[in-house]
Amino acid sequence: MEIKVVKQILEWNEDCSNEIKDTFEKKNIYMINVMGSPGAGKTSLIVNLINELRKYYKIAVIEGDIAGQIDAEKIKKMDIPVVQLNTDGACHIEAMSIKHILQYFNLDEIDVIIVENIGNLVCPAEFNIGEDIRVAILSIPEGDDKVEKYPLMFSTSEILVLNKYDMKSYFDFDDKKVESVARELNPNINIFRVSNKTKEGLNELVNALKNAIDKKIKK
Amino acid sequence: MHELSITEGIIKIVESEAKKHHFNKVNSIKLVVGELSGVFPQLIQEYFNIASRGTIAEGAELIIRRVEARMKCNECGNESIIERHRLRCKNCGSLNVRITAGKEFYVDSLEVD
Ligand SMILES: Nc1nc2c(ncn2[C@@H]2O[C@H](COP(=O)(O)OP(=O)(O)OP(=O)(O)O)[C@@H](O)[C@H]2O)c(=O)[nH]1
Ligand SMILES: [Mg+2]
Ligand SMILES: [Zn+2]
Ligand SMILES: [Zn+2]
Repeated sequence: MEIKVVKQILEWNEDCSNEIKDTFEKKNIYMINVMGSPGAGKTSLIVNLINELRKYYKIAVIEGDIAGQIDAEKIKKMDIPVVQLNTDGACHIEAMSIKHILQYFNLDEIDVIIVENIGNLVCPAEFNIGEDIRVAILSIPEGDDKVEKYPLMFSTSEILVLNKYDMKSYFDFDDKKVESVARELNPNINIFRVSNKTKEGLNELVNALKNAIDKKIKK
Repeated sequence: MHELSITEGIIKIVESEAKKHHFNKVNSIKLVVGELSGVFPQLIQEYFNIASRGTIAEGAELIIRRVEARMKCNECGNESIIERHRLRCKNCGSLNVRITAGKEFYVDSLEVD
């Protein structure tokens, strides 16, 4: 006997992601999902973003890592509420994990939650986690072919940060090519050239995020 | 790890159908997987065999139908397949296109006894 089913396989993740979205809508919270390879500069960028955005918003951070507390400790030192989410080997964060972790925050005291996803260019892109915006980081030393090789990440992100721009002269990194490939995958992508070391380019990114945040949350 | 959460998702769907329809054995499960879903079907069967042990889905064969990615141009109306995720109209070159197929990832039907 044949039974017709037609059910989305990742439906539970979508449902859960929508539930988080509803909660954040009510609580007036904006969520930023930061994704990129191991070592691309996710934590460095988040630290720099906190320093700017905390002038305007109450920030909290969820640090995703397969193991360890290293990144969370860096954020804690800045006196920012942070919870480390260890995935015990899993290569991405799912919405369910975010939902479970929200109880550790006082949501009435938060305007913006920044999530550092697992260092991985592949499957974090397949899982919505209730975010309002996706920021993909590609650092210059990783090479200018990564957008081409990992299209899903870049076709689902609103913002692409080309990080470690201070190192551009040491690498054959064709940023025009990256830009044109990224635009073909994702015509509306916003691209920023940033150094989290010299802070070059950071202002433009902060302003773009501020505009996006202010569109959603009422202060 | 990621394949595991997918196979668990498939098993959950089969189990919830089993509650409704009272079958004892699942011979095959038809999946529809779009090219833009990010899922690579080659390994799913093997993970499934492991994850389904002891469940009602144990022993089922996965039959996977791939759906090619397609787009339609908002400027000239041209329809074509999407190659390598490239969203540029093949007729007029516009980037103003919408994806019409390729994101599917669902259980279509079960063959049961
Ligand atoms: N030169 C230079 N170095 C940078 C820049 N951004 C980050 N780094 C360095 O790159 C290394 C990795 O940075 P992290 O911020 O830890 O990277 P991450 O993406 O959080 O890494 P994981 O959490 O391990 O995946 C550190 O040594 C940073 O100091 C940059 O813009 N320029
Ligand atoms: Mg980090
Ligand atoms: Zn994964
Ligand atoms: Zn066209």
